[in-house]
Amino acid sequence: MRKSVSAVSALLISALALAACGSGGSSSDSDTGAAAASCAPSSGPVTLTYTTWIPGIEDVVKVWNDKNPNIQVKVQTGPNGNGGTYQNFFNQLKAGNTPDLGHIEYDALPSFRVQDGLFDVQSCDIVAKAKDQFIPWTWNQVSFGDDKTAYGIPQDSGPMALFYRADLFEKAGIPIPKTWDEYAAAAEKVKAAGGYITNFSQSDINQFAGFAWQAGGRWFANDGNQWTVNLTDDNTKKVADYWQNLISKKLVSTVPPWTTEWDNAYNSSSAWTWVSAVWGANSIMSGAPKTAGKWRVAPMPQWSAGQSVAGNWGGSATAIFKTSKHPYEAAQFALWLNTSEEALGLLNKAAQLYPATTAGTKYSYLTNPVKFYGDQKIYEVFAQAAGEVTPDFTWGPTMTATYANASDGFKAAVSGSGTLTDALTSAQKSTIDTLKSQAIPVKE
Amino acid sequence: MSTHAPEKTRIKEPLLSRTGAMLVMAVCTLYFLVPIWWLFVGASKSSDQFTSTNPLWFADFDLFANISDLFAYRDGVFLRWMLNSILYTGGAALLGTVLAAMCGYALAKYRFRGRELLFNVVLSGVLVPATALALPLFLLFSKVDATNTFWSVFLPSLVNPFGVYLARIYATASVPDELLEAARIDGSGEIRTFFKVATRLMFPALVTIFLFHFVAVWNNFLLPLIMLSDERLFPVTLGLYTWNTQVNQIPELRGLVIVGALLSITPLVIAFLLLQRFWRNGLGAGAVK
Repeated sequence: MRKSVSAVSALLISALALAACGSGGSSSDSDTGAAAASCAPSSGPVTLTYTTWIPGIEDVVKVWNDKNPNIQVKVQTGPNGNGGTYQNFFNQLKAGNTPDLGHIEYDALPSFRVQDGLFDVQSCDIVAKAKDQFIPWTWNQVSFGDDKTAYGIPQDSGPMALFYRADLFEKAGIPIPKTWDEYAAAAEKVKAAGGYITNFSQSDINQFAGFAWQAGGRWFANDGNQWTVNLTDDNTKKVADYWQNLISKKLVSTVPPWTTEWDNAYNSSSAWTWVSAVWGANSIMSGAPKTAGKWRVAPMPQWSAGQSVAGNWGGSATAIFKTSKHPYEAAQFALWLNTSEEALGLLNKAAQLYPATTAGTKYSYLTNPVKFYGDQKIYEVFAQAAGEVTPDFTWGPTMTATYANASDGFKAAVSGSGTLTDALTSAQKSTIDTLKSQAIPVKE
Repeated sequence: MSTHAPEKTRIKEPLLSRTGAMLVMAVCTLYFLVPIWWLFVGASKSSDQFTSTNPLWFADFDLFANISDLFAYRDGVFLRWMLNSILYTGGAALLGTVLAAMCGYALAKYRFRGRELLFNVVLSGVLVPATALALPLFLLFSKVDATNTFWSVFLPSLVNPFGVYLARIYATASVPDELLEAARIDGSGEIRTFFKVATRLMFPALVTIFLFHFVAVWNNFLLPLIMLSDERLFPVTLGLYTWNTQVNQIPELRGLVIVGALLSITPLVIAFLLLQRFWRNGLGAGAVK
């Protein structure tokens, strides 16, 4: 709380800083610039640093270190990206001491890209060759739709599907909804049976983004010169109106996500479904232990019957920072981590990461029946969804600000003042303002 | 009735205001204690019962099982964090108190050019929040390649301008010049006089400074967050925060965070219980001056 620098040490430290600025500032910049220009193998053994918050990553990295005595990887950790690690990356970019590799979620990659902090991994031939192993839309998340460059190796993905309480639906005689219209109709019947069809995530905008992604909403675009922001395109509005209708009719509960209250909504059978990403399987398992055996998974409801389009919620990439002196070795490690069956298996075991490679979705641990879900092979549903995610959804470079603003509006809408569309309209405006304030070119 | 009225109100008024004050105090006490009660109750539950039972009352008492789970998780990294916190906090508070005492003593007892200016500069340091300094400190430590080390958190935690201020006030109030003169005549050096004479007289003040400093460093979160990326160096606050941000991914961590939070406040509670007696004395001494 009350802690700061006394006069003497302040003087000392600033003198030190001045000395350091004078001597080393410019030369270190040119060093890193030269190192980052190409993706050539280093001579001799190297040590890489890798910052990630994946729980249990040490065990995965140890397997690599044992096999590669000349490329040793040191794990650094911290809170999740938005909890502080991204800010640390930005600070480290400023100071020129980033780790070699960093864990960055898809929606945060553009903000590092506009700061010019990332190494173009596609300039490494090994990466260019491995490109086809990834599910195309995950590759789009790191290449931003450009064939020639990429700013990370896709690590995991979050294809979405419908988790539902098979027992309750059966007892109430409600068919499992295949379209959003049927879902809304089911919501009325569920309400009549004393439950809520789902909980609308009032502060986690990512879920809504997943819905908009499925519906064909395209929030951001970059033509190479400037950004276009469109949080209120027709498809997104369609989704906003749909959920607004359910909220207004009080057909969904609206407790804050990731709280005990929220767990309890599922544990006590008050919420009947959850349209969520693949990792949600684990959230239900640990948050709602009393409902073991009663959940099943079906494909995400569709906007028109007969379609099969899925949304995505979450996912991240392993990026190499521009200041890395050993991008080639870093790329070797990142490829092993995100494409080898061995590493993907360990990542899945440690942190339920769902692979971003086509082969990865077919590994044995993802085709087994899951006991909690009544021995359904739920991951087969997600594997199919992974192939149905539309490829051209782009995130903007200031998502943190966009989320914060939209989530304020969503909270207001949930408590009855304003609508989801109002929230998006306001987020649209503030996003453009944020882009302008950071001198990022944006189309009005 | 009318004759009794003044007498009655004289008795009643203090009683009323006393009950009023008590009521306010009771509400405040409740306000501060309920979260701790919640934490204690929560820490004693299994994760299953945590969501499904009354949050303010006990279910099965699993506190010790939870604690041993916490200590076993990831090879006891939590214990390491606790140890780090105690090293950062205890070490910095101890050394920082000595520094502050010396500085305050010098400002109070020696006359030299620029004394008031120096004191005012130190005082203005009180106004600069620690948060505002974390990023500049990170950039400075980056220049000398010392981020992500024990020292990057320890060194900035040593200084405490508020402590200097308190030490000066107390030294002025409680160390008589005559006594210092006597010590000098007896042939005691300045440093010896400070440690043998002045610190004894300033002791209650030093405890206050120590406590303030201890709490400030224990709660300082942003500096380690920015400086450290090696988990083995984390203080407990940062470690628990890190886990808490991963609850979405690994929901089992929620229980560990709650038990960990309970354990992490115990050193503070112990420090206060042991030292509060001195603290009260110290505050009183300042008030007289």
